[in-house]
Order: sequence, then structure tokens, then C-alpha cells
Amino acid sequence: MTSTPTVPSLVPPTVRPRLLGALYAGNARAVVSRGALATRSTNYLVVLSGFFEPIFYLVSLGYGLNKLVGTVETTTGQPVSYAAFIAPALLAVAAMNGAIYDSTWNVFFKMNYSKLYSGMLSTSLGPLDVALGEILLALARGGVYAIGFMIVMQVLGLNLAWTAILALPAVLLIAFGFASFGMAVTSYMKTFQQMDWINFVMMPMFLFSATFYPVTVYPPVVQVIVEALPLWQGVELVRGLTTGALSIAMLGHVLYFAVMIAIGLVFTTRRLRALFLD
Amino acid sequence: MPQAVISAARLTKKYKDFAAVDGISFEVAPGESFGLLGPNGAGKSTTMRMVGAVSTRTSGELSILGLDPNDAGPEIRSQLGVVPQQDNLDQELRVRDNLIVYGRYFGIPMRAIGRKADELLEFAQLADRAKSKVDDLSGGMKRRLTIARALVNDPRILLLDEPTTGLDPQARHILWDRLFRLKEQGTTLVLTTHYMDEAEQLCDRLVVVDKGTIMAEGSPAALIREYSSREVLEVRFGSDRNEEVAAKLAGIGERHEVLPDRILIYSENGEAELAKIHAAGYRPITSLVRRSSLEDVFLRLTGRSLIE
Repeated sequence: MTSTPTVPSLVPPTVRPRLLGALYAGNARAVVSRGALATRSTNYLVVLSGFFEPIFYLVSLGYGLNKLVGTVETTTGQPVSYAAFIAPALLAVAAMNGAIYDSTWNVFFKMNYSKLYSGMLSTSLGPLDVALGEILLALARGGVYAIGFMIVMQVLGLNLAWTAILALPAVLLIAFGFASFGMAVTSYMKTFQQMDWINFVMMPMFLFSATFYPVTVYPPVVQVIVEALPLWQGVELVRGLTTGALSIAMLGHVLYFAVMIAIGLVFTTRRLRALFLD
Repeated sequence: MPQAVISAARLTKKYKDFAAVDGISFEVAPGESFGLLGPNGAGKSTTMRMVGAVSTRTSGELSILGLDPNDAGPEIRSQLGVVPQQDNLDQELRVRDNLIVYGRYFGIPMRAIGRKADELLEFAQLADRAKSKVDDLSGGMKRRLTIARALVNDPRILLLDEPTTGLDPQARHILWDRLFRLKEQGTTLVLTTHYMDEAEQLCDRLVVVDKGTIMAEGSPAALIREYSSREVLEVRFGSDRNEEVAAKLAGIGERHEVLPDRILIYSENGEAELAKIHAAGYRPITSLVRRSSLEDVFLRLTGRSLIE
């Protein structure tokens, strides 16, 4: 080493007053750039499969059922073609898939096997830096999937209104919500069996969240349950924007995701601190 | 003694009712090389985690570089280099990227970190492996990379938890050489080990820890002087006869330790004691005279496998 010998001085390091105390060092970007660098070495086929899944659904169901179904009414009563009805739902699903992929299985592995977070937290990073960095990374994957899907929608003429452009920030919000919540849930998981429960929840949510038909087909009790699910909230938000059927209820959906993000960040941060800094 | 960089008083860590660390007190001076010596489960790693500001103490006082880890965890961690017991290198990144990314965690600017990474690869004798995958490195190389990584922020204290456990002798010697250089440069080293030779090689001063408490404190030489004799005679009579013969060797040497496979006889002059054994008509299968080591101090202090 050519650096000067580390002659220990006795001046204590300065302690800056911080809003979030020892939880946040304002350096989440270091965690994000680590993730971006590591993603280079991941298996692209796995990454791509998550991207193509909703496109296969769109092409097969949108094309196949479009002829049988014809038009469907959105929540605001606007009739749209079947493909234009399911496309925004699948867009929300694309964002969700990307966000969940990174924030559940990848996080589970890093937390329990690669000891990545214990290494990070022995530096000057705080648990909120790690949580935020990992969630932003998951969000980015969700965003990439969603943008790709939006391009496909545009090409197929399934974006019916100018407000479709607002679906981009909307899907980022949705991805943020799922990533944040997904990482929080994963941080409490100890075994592979428990991780399987996540799939057990995700699959029915994908099928029943007014993805392929309006929520009004359900009896009222079931409707209430479905409307409480995050994917339904996301589907409604995106569908309103791509079909141009705007309503005040969309603000409620935005608020829903804001709360989901906040809850996820709080619990992930607390859990990381309990696991690695106690 | 100049003002301590680490100062612990009655430091305690309890998990439910079990006290992993039970009221230990010690101080580490700047530039000193300080060791915690003890068996597995003695509380060494728990102590290291508290000093590293990644574990909160149950009670007692702890000050690292003049700061309390309860209030200033990130500031303290920014001044420490940590080599954990098990390598936690980033498997998804290549060797040089491990250093760069770790430096980024400390907020070191991109311009500075590239040069630093190259210096450290040189220091760790890994310059030719910069682009390798971490998985392809040998155990000794991984350890050196972990140490290089711990130096990325120019730490004022380097914490090493069992730095050479699991390495072959050659890899250990390379590692000791690197650590010795750091020591010469004035880096404060704090290390835990259950290898007595490692403690003798690297530590200016050490504490012997067992069951969460400090049994003794001093330099390796002083501890040996205080708790052992100058020489040790090791004799073997076969595992079924050792105890029987030991009982009849009373009066030979200052003190005996009967281990399952051999008898240790402590004395200022091992050869003279061996002559007495021969004179008494006993013929050990093998015999060996050596100087006392910290191993003997430890045996004396902890009473582990001690039948006197």
C-alpha cells in the first residue's frame, strides 16, 4: 500500500445530526449501483421470461377471446375492445412481476445465504439505505418490464387515450408498492416453504383481480375482497389511464400505493435493523 | 497509556437469560495490536460485533474512538475495517468490483476508489486476479480479499474475527505477513483467535476469555511467565496408561496436566524431569521438551480437560 500509514489520531469522527438517526446515511444509490453491477452477471433468460409472460397472455387471450367477447365495459361504463380491456391489467401485472421477482426470491437469498446485507450494514450504510436501494432496484426491473409492455400496447393500438402516457409513472408507483411490500414480507421469511406462500398468494391475485373481466361479475362480498387487493388497485389505475376513463377514484388508488410503499419501507428497515444491528 | 481508541467497562450482552458476554472490561491503545483469545463460544465474536457497532450492548459502557455506538453507529462504522469470521464477499461481483462497491458503501467518490482498489489488490497479492469471480479464489485469497476490502475506507481500527481459521499453514503465514505490515504501519488491530500461535505472532497484548468473562490479561510473554513454567515436557505412555503413570510421577516437575493422549509436565528444565522419569523406571513411548506457549496458559486458566 502506498497510502500514508494510518497513524491513529484522537479526534473523534464528527457526528452529523440526522433526521432519521442511525437508520439512513443518504447513500441508497451505492446499494442501487451494486445491484445494477450484479445484474450484469445474472441469467438473462430468467429476466426475459418475466418480461414475456404478460405479453404471451396479451397475445393469446387478447387475440383469441377478443373475437368471442367483443367489447367489455370498464368501471366508468366505457365500452372497450377485450384486448384493450386486459392490456392495462397485464401492464400492471408486468410491473408487479418485475418488482416481486427482485424483492422476494432475490432478497431472500441475499438475506439468508449470501450474507450480503450483513456486509453492507457493517459499513456506514444504515438499514434504510439498504431497504431503499434494494426496493428501487426491484422497482427498476418492474419499470423496465412495464415500459417494454407499453411499447407493445402502443404498437397493437391498445392505448386508447393520451392519458396512457401517465400510465408510466403509475406503473412505477405500482412497482414501488409491490417491491416495498414484497421485501418487507420476505424479510420475515425463514424457510423456502414460507417463500412458497408468496407464490400461493400471487397466482390467485393475478387471476382474480379484474384482470380478465370486470369486477362486477362477482357477488358484492367477493367484490369487496378483490378491491382490497393491491393488484386490483393497480389494474384500475392503469386501465383508467390507458382507456381514458378517468375518475376521482384513481386518487384513492394512488394513495393506496403510497401507503403500501410507506408500510413496506418501515417494516423492512425495522427488520433489517433487528436482524443485522441488534 | 495514551487515550484509548476502544474502552469497554463491564460490557455485557445477554440473549434472554444467557450472558454471551458477561461484564468484561478492557482498553485498546492507538496503534496497539490487541487480541481476544478463547475457545469457541467464549463470547469473542459477540464482543467484536459490539465493538463493530453492529450489536447493541445489554449493559455496561463502551466507547469507540470516543463515541458511543448506541448514538453514533454509522460514524463509528465509517472508521472501522471489519473482517468477519465467515467471508461475506459479494459473490455476484468480480474481485476488483468487490472493493469498488464496498468503497461506495462508505460514500468514497468514484475517482478515488479506483486507485484505492488497485493499491489494495497489490497489497493483498491479488492484482492478477482482479477480474476473477470470487468463487474461483482459494480460501486464503478470499481471506486476503476480505482484508483488502476492510481497508478500503482507511480504517482507524481493523477488527479481525478468527482471521486464519480454516486456512492451510502456507496461507496463514502469508496472511500473518500482511497483518504484520499493517501493524508496522500503525494500524490498530483487534483480533480474536483460538490459535495460540496466532496470538503469539500478532498480539502486543491480549485477554484470555472464557464463558463471557476475562480470565487473564497481559502480553503473550508475561502471561506465559505468570501462568506457566519456562519449559514443558510432553510424555506419552499410551492412552490407556497415561493417567495411571501420571499418578506415580508426583514430585516430578512443578505441575502436571493429564490430557487423553499425553501428560504435560511443567518445569524450568524439561530434560532434567525426563531424566527423573527414566530414573524412576518409566519408559515413555515418546517424549518432547518444548517451551511453554499460550496453549499452556489457556489450559491452566480455563481448566479445560484439566485433571490435577
